[in-house]
Amino acid sequence: MTDAPRRTALDATHRALGATMTDFAGWDMPLRYSSERDEHLAVRTRAGLFDLSHMGEITVTGPQAADLLDYALVGNIGGVKTGRARYTMICEDGGGILDDLIVYRLADQEYMVVANASNAQVVLDALTARAGGFDAAIRDDRDAYALLAVQGPESPGILKALTDADLDGLKYYAGLPGTVAGVQALIARTGYTGEDGFELFVRPADAVALWEALTEAGKDAGLVPCGLSCRDTLRLEAGMPLYGHELTTATTPFDAGLGRVVKFEKTTNNGDFVGRAALAAAAERAEANPPRKLVGLLAEGRRVPRAGYRVVLADGTVIGEVTSGAPSPTLGKPVAIAYVDAAHAAPGTEGVCVDIRGSHEPYEVTALPFYKRQK
Amino acid sequence: MSNPQQLRYSKEHEWLSGAEEGVSTVGITEHAANALGDVVFVQLPEVGATVAAGETCGELESTKSVSDLYSPVDGEIAEINEDVVNDPSLVNSAPFEGGWLFKVKTSGEPAELLSADEYAAFIQS
Repeated sequence: MTDAPRRTALDATHRALGATMTDFAGWDMPLRYSSERDEHLAVRTRAGLFDLSHMGEITVTGPQAADLLDYALVGNIGGVKTGRARYTMICEDGGGILDDLIVYRLADQEYMVVANASNAQVVLDALTARAGGFDAAIRDDRDAYALLAVQGPESPGILKALTDADLDGLKYYAGLPGTVAGVQALIARTGYTGEDGFELFVRPADAVALWEALTEAGKDAGLVPCGLSCRDTLRLEAGMPLYGHELTTATTPFDAGLGRVVKFEKTTNNGDFVGRAALAAAAERAEANPPRKLVGLLAEGRRVPRAGYRVVLADGTVIGEVTSGAPSPTLGKPVAIAYVDAAHAAPGTEGVCVDIRGSHEPYEVTALPFYKRQK
Repeated sequence: MSNPQQLRYSKEHEWLSGAEEGVSTVGITEHAANALGDVVFVQLPEVGATVAAGETCGELESTKSVSDLYSPVDGEIAEINEDVVNDPSLVNSAPFEGGWLFKVKTSGEPAELLSADEYAAFIQS
């Protein structure tokens, strides 16, 4: 991309906080404000505040909005109740994953699709191409929203101080319109950290006021601003896939161990949806003869496996590839997610190594996630 | 941030102390430590190993990346900082002090090492 990176409505705030910025999917985003390890641990134990305004919002409205999304996406979107959200995917006709999405049903005939920044245009184009014949309208709302996230065990208390909305009644993967610190927001109980938390979709013009109000309200609870670096280690510990790493057009949801998001029993469009035939075949293959499985790798040493590193046996035989890896602040040792040949993918499999720049470092195969919060 | 005046600096962001009985201390600069983020693993050369100016002699691993460590001078490794091996975060918290990496008995030194002011200008450019 040769264009100058885009800046969010909170750009000046990040710079005033001394953030280290990074280019991410064409956006200039905060990577970290201080130590990414401290930011990570703050979200695990207290609360963190994120600017996620790079995420891509697409609104779908109309009498056949549900039918269109049932056809264009792999999930049962018509079955999502108003005020609830669903994790889903959009696939190619051949079954490859174009993106993973969260779809919020805002009203009977209105949905908001949230795509990864790197894929927002792809998703918009695919939805538009698949909308023919449906009585539904697709609106590019990427510039209509800023997105702030408050994540961590203290986040309900912090938000409660700023809103009259019924947060106790707001379940995980639900969203409701409300007012937070005098700002109109869609309040969603969603996140990408493995903790309880909220995502607040607001007008860009309100983003700074909301950020400041949340910062003030969270001060005593230990809320800190958090960058994308700790967001990545938080989601990695929580075993959540990241597009471009675990998910690509070369993988189907079944390859990624996420076949549950594909719903073949749809009632709309006579059960048809884009990718159906290929995904049915992928489901069968994953059941009968899976080529590789997505597993966790837990380091015995201190060297960090990175995306693209080969998973090998002691004799050097390649049995897989790391898709994400980082030092885990919670576990105090490096962890990775990797695609590994099914024969070596069972938790506890011994003799598995990662080739770290020529040296074979031993790893333990584990089930995902690495971290699960106590409820 | 300020780079101590008494040190000299390489364009690979290492600092070098003045020699005491032919032995200089080497570390990475605060600028480099900030750019890396939290350092989680440090691999240092072995005591007795020969190093050459501008050649890699170890690595520094942070949350997001791994970077080669270069020696700013020719010489032989006299001592390594075991504290930083055990607690790599010292590189971030005290890059010019407790986060030093190794001591080297210098046998030759490139002409292009920078003064503190020259290094400050270099990282601004």
